[in-house]
Amino acid sequence: MGTSKAVITGVANTACGKLEGSTCLGLHAQVARGAVADAGLDLGDVDGLLCAYSFTEPHPMLASVVAEYLGIQPAYSACVSAGGATGGLQVMTAKALVESGMCRHVLCLTGDNRLSGMAPGAAVAALAQFGHGQFEVPYGITIPAAYAMVARRYMHDTGLTASDLAHIAVTTRNHARRHPDAQMRKPLSHDDVMGSRVIADPLRLFDCALISDGAAGILVSAAPTGHGAEVRIVGAGQKNTHEHLISAPRDMQSFGCKFSARDAFAEAGMTTADIDVAEIYDSFTITLAIELESIGFFPKGAVGEAVSDGALDLGGSLPCNTHGGLLSFGHSGAAGGAFHVVEAVRQLRGEADERQVPDAARAFVHGDGGVLSAHVSLILERQS
Amino acid sequence: MTDPANVLPLPTPNAESQAFWDACTDGRLTFARCTACDAVQFPPQKSCTACGGETGEASEASGQGTVFTFTINHRAPGPAFAERAPYVIALIDLAEGPRLMMNVINCAPEDVTIGMPVRICFEPRGDMALPQAEPA
Repeated sequence: MGTSKAVITGVANTACGKLEGSTCLGLHAQVARGAVADAGLDLGDVDGLLCAYSFTEPHPMLASVVAEYLGIQPAYSACVSAGGATGGLQVMTAKALVESGMCRHVLCLTGDNRLSGMAPGAAVAALAQFGHGQFEVPYGITIPAAYAMVARRYMHDTGLTASDLAHIAVTTRNHARRHPDAQMRKPLSHDDVMGSRVIADPLRLFDCALISDGAAGILVSAAPTGHGAEVRIVGAGQKNTHEHLISAPRDMQSFGCKFSARDAFAEAGMTTADIDVAEIYDSFTITLAIELESIGFFPKGAVGEAVSDGALDLGGSLPCNTHGGLLSFGHSGAAGGAFHVVEAVRQLRGEADERQVPDAARAFVHGDGGVLSAHVSLILERQS
Repeated sequence: MTDPANVLPLPTPNAESQAFWDACTDGRLTFARCTACDAVQFPPQKSCTACGGETGEASEASGQGTVFTFTINHRAPGPAFAERAPYVIALIDLAEGPRLMMNVINCAPEDVTIGMPVRICFEPRGDMALPQAEPA
């Protein structure tokens, strides 16, 4: 692998959950300082800044607002907005910025305090506005309801069951229980999931992501800074097929993940068989099931049995969402998908403590935004 | 003052969709076709998503369709819909090709199935009418 590939030199995350007294900008600052310190640098070394969006700080120029709050004046700054794909897309964009020579150190920040900073139910209502204003919102759509429609059709076509999805929720919770920053660390049984209240049939409470306060910071650099194992971004791909569910691929199967992953693997010169650990967007259990099959980690129709046999556990064939994912670690807006990147870097550096996948050298990371609309895949590799 | 969350949302027509919604108010579901490639265009817009051509005058749809997928939604996005919950939201494939989101009404939620034939009816809302699906 050529040495010109971008390096992830620093990562940071806050704890997830209800962080009383937190603010959107304060959370950004915490991970900004954390990520540059992790790289052995300080904020003055940052010459590129990528931010996203926030419900509690809804300014259309959030990158400028964050830079002002941090007291920095980077040579380049911009907002990246692709829902759950934002974290991955920031990293993909930062990769291009440093590989082109435009920047040396691009700081990617995401965060929101949408649990403590919004009235109960307000986040659900705000997320419903992602639906088409004329042709979806008037019908009472919510994000869970949109994914539930995808789930029902996918289950109809592939034989995937609600019980299979419950195994995903349980596996993910078991991972979260090993992460000190995870929002949900109580044991969760298959019966707990199957007995939880219906949100949008066939999806139940524990099939759905959390709502959290939290933030993530990722520093992407042109060259290693000498702190920690060297983790390079060896592949990246993006594919957006639609935004609204009414315009999704007609077969409800040809989602963009298939193509973003194909391009990322091609750039890396790898296949799914080369991956030691995967951190894949899990806004709902169905999201992960579809992405695992579409990307090719499991044949179509096989993910249910694989998960119930422990394939995604630490000792399984594809340890997946080892931090606990959006289902149990936390989901604070754009930071939700960025946590997957942070965890992949920790795994490749051997810094994942009791959730460490032994000798993990190659990680696959995936994020999706909208209703399986915008997809970004990354392949990260530890250099020996 | 009325909290907007307590009122069922109305579509806000724009210059490209006004004719569609006006027809709905008259109890007619209409789709425009592309003047270049003849593809049916939905959502209504001036340019064809298939070829980029200009869309022409809309004609009335048959109103026949089938349920592609659906959910019985229990967690409403706000108080207005909470009064209706649980309610069915479905993707309906119309005979002319477009896929629309609608509620399936005038039947028990548990009677809705994938592949079920439906026909279009209209739900009055404010000064407008929303296309909805009911068992055929």
